[in-house]
Amino acid sequence: MPNPHSSQAEDDVAVRVRGVTKEFGVGGSLTKALRGVDLDVPYGELLMLVGPSGCGKTTLVSIVAGTLEPTDGEVVVLGKDLVAMSNGRKVRFRRENVGFVFQSYNLLPALSAAENAAVPLLIAGWRRSAAVEAASDVLDKLGLGDRLTNLPSELSGGQQQRVAIARAIVHEPRLLVCDEPTSALDAENGRITMELIARIAVQPDRAVIVVTHDSRVYSFADRIASMEDGRIESVSNGPDRAGTMPLL
Amino acid sequence: MLWIAWKMLIGNRVKYLGIIFGVLFAALLIAQQSSIFCGLMFLTVSQIRDIEGPGIWVMDRNVEFIDDIKPLSDTDLFRVKGVPGVDWAVPFYKGLARARMEQGDYHQMILLGLDDATLVGAPEGLFLGELADLRKPDAVIMDDAGYKQIWPGEPYQLGRVFEMNDRRAVIVGITRASRTFQTFPIVYTLYGRAVLYAPPERKVLSFVLANADPGRDVEEVCREITAVTGLQALTRQQFMRKTIVHFLRKTGIPVNFAITVFLGFLVGTAIAGQTFYLFTVENIRQFGALKAMGTSNWTILAMVLMQALQVGVIGFGLGVGLAALFGWSTRGLTKLAFFMPWQVLAITAVAVFFIVLLASLLSIRRVLVVDPAIVFRG
Repeated sequence: MPNPHSSQAEDDVAVRVRGVTKEFGVGGSLTKALRGVDLDVPYGELLMLVGPSGCGKTTLVSIVAGTLEPTDGEVVVLGKDLVAMSNGRKVRFRRENVGFVFQSYNLLPALSAAENAAVPLLIAGWRRSAAVEAASDVLDKLGLGDRLTNLPSELSGGQQQRVAIARAIVHEPRLLVCDEPTSALDAENGRITMELIARIAVQPDRAVIVVTHDSRVYSFADRIASMEDGRIESVSNGPDRAGTMPLL
Repeated sequence: MLWIAWKMLIGNRVKYLGIIFGVLFAALLIAQQSSIFCGLMFLTVSQIRDIEGPGIWVMDRNVEFIDDIKPLSDTDLFRVKGVPGVDWAVPFYKGLARARMEQGDYHQMILLGLDDATLVGAPEGLFLGELADLRKPDAVIMDDAGYKQIWPGEPYQLGRVFEMNDRRAVIVGITRASRTFQTFPIVYTLYGRAVLYAPPERKVLSFVLANADPGRDVEEVCREITAVTGLQALTRQQFMRKTIVHFLRKTGIPVNFAITVFLGFLVGTAIAGQTFYLFTVENIRQFGALKAMGTSNWTILAMVLMQALQVGVIGFGLGVGLAALFGWSTRGLTKLAFFMPWQVLAITAVAVFFIVLLASLLSIRRVLVVDPAIVFRG
């Protein structure tokens, strides 16, 4: 029986979130970060999650990425029910299927650009030389072919973010989660970063979720989900697409 | 992933060196103090070690250690000789004598009396004079450290004369001897002469030195001697052990050294633990990122343990190396006891292992409980 809240055929949906709530704390200090979120992200789409600070964007993306447990609700990512998944399987799921781009890059300061980009392959058990070689190819495509041996401290903010993007896609994950990828960058570097994500990461068999405050990059979104007070208030097409979509 | 852990560790030079310093400090203190302790214990048995020929020491039943002289009667020597399984037995005198030097000053000396006929117990390290000269009238051999103590800065000179118990003694040889716990000069002479140098007593025989018949089990012969004579008979090893145990039990030396070693352990753990924890906290987001990207807790645990073990191995190597260098560089100072057997290295290694384990426990807990979602927080 088709889900009445879904606007997509289930096979086309990379991320399906239903009635997800998340509470932090207990008793008087109880905080409801998410208050029943429903959301679909189809394959081949770049979805932006926008909204004021504290509205629950990061909490939602953490749950979708499998790094945080929801208090209640259903989370199916790439056909797998994350809520029912054991911790060990979730770790393996993230390793194989999810790429991350973090706001503060989180590059390892002691590793070179190529070594940093190779980390997901090393986690997957690749030999170091093969992993670094594969990561170097990705960095080359991102225009950092001449910076492979540089440490993060020797790179500009934009270059560091490109290394982070290379790290996020080097193992070809089917879901890419980006948390404020442009917030630490100037307008030009922010645009370049989003162009790279849109060009390289968005593929027919992948989905990309970008949490952002940065209205300058909304144009790269296929859809924009606006959050407020732990709920998704509206989902609209990106500026390059006409009209406003229904909530789901 | 262990390679990443290693790069993370050495990437922060200050913290890396700080942790190594903590472990190094502890290893150095533990190894150095343990070696000095072993050196002191070694001194207590130096005179047993120096007498290599006889395998059996026979003494009064109540003797606790080498300096605890309870004289035997002369007939005890013949009773020991008569025990089946005893190949030979000779008298040995050990006591303290007060010597009056040429200048009129007095020195306390350890007086050793060797069997007149066989010279069993004679020093092995004679480098000036001849052992046979001991049979000359009033002849004595003195150890080099004692000579330097009495005549500091003067060259070795045979023929020097001093008096013990108003009897003349002439130095006919200088020998190397292991330093003793009492640090007095050591004087070797014949048994018959030693009892004249010593203060008059009714019984003067300190020990009977004996050997078992070839092919006989030495411990079994010791038991036989005890059964037949009622005297205490110990192998050389047993006597050394008994002497050391006496000093361990009856003096505060082990406790004092144990306190220092324990303090070294605590301070090392504190420095290494604190620095290692700060290093982990500083890298907590990186660990969180690794967990978010799919690194399991087991791998994270292995990474932290590898980091801890690495600084442990380096700190241990540098610490015991410096301790050994200390012992080597002070080997010429006769007043410093330093002996580093393999057991000291083993004890230090175990201590360092526990230091890095304790130091990493807090860090391990921290990284294992870190929420991978931390990387999404600004």
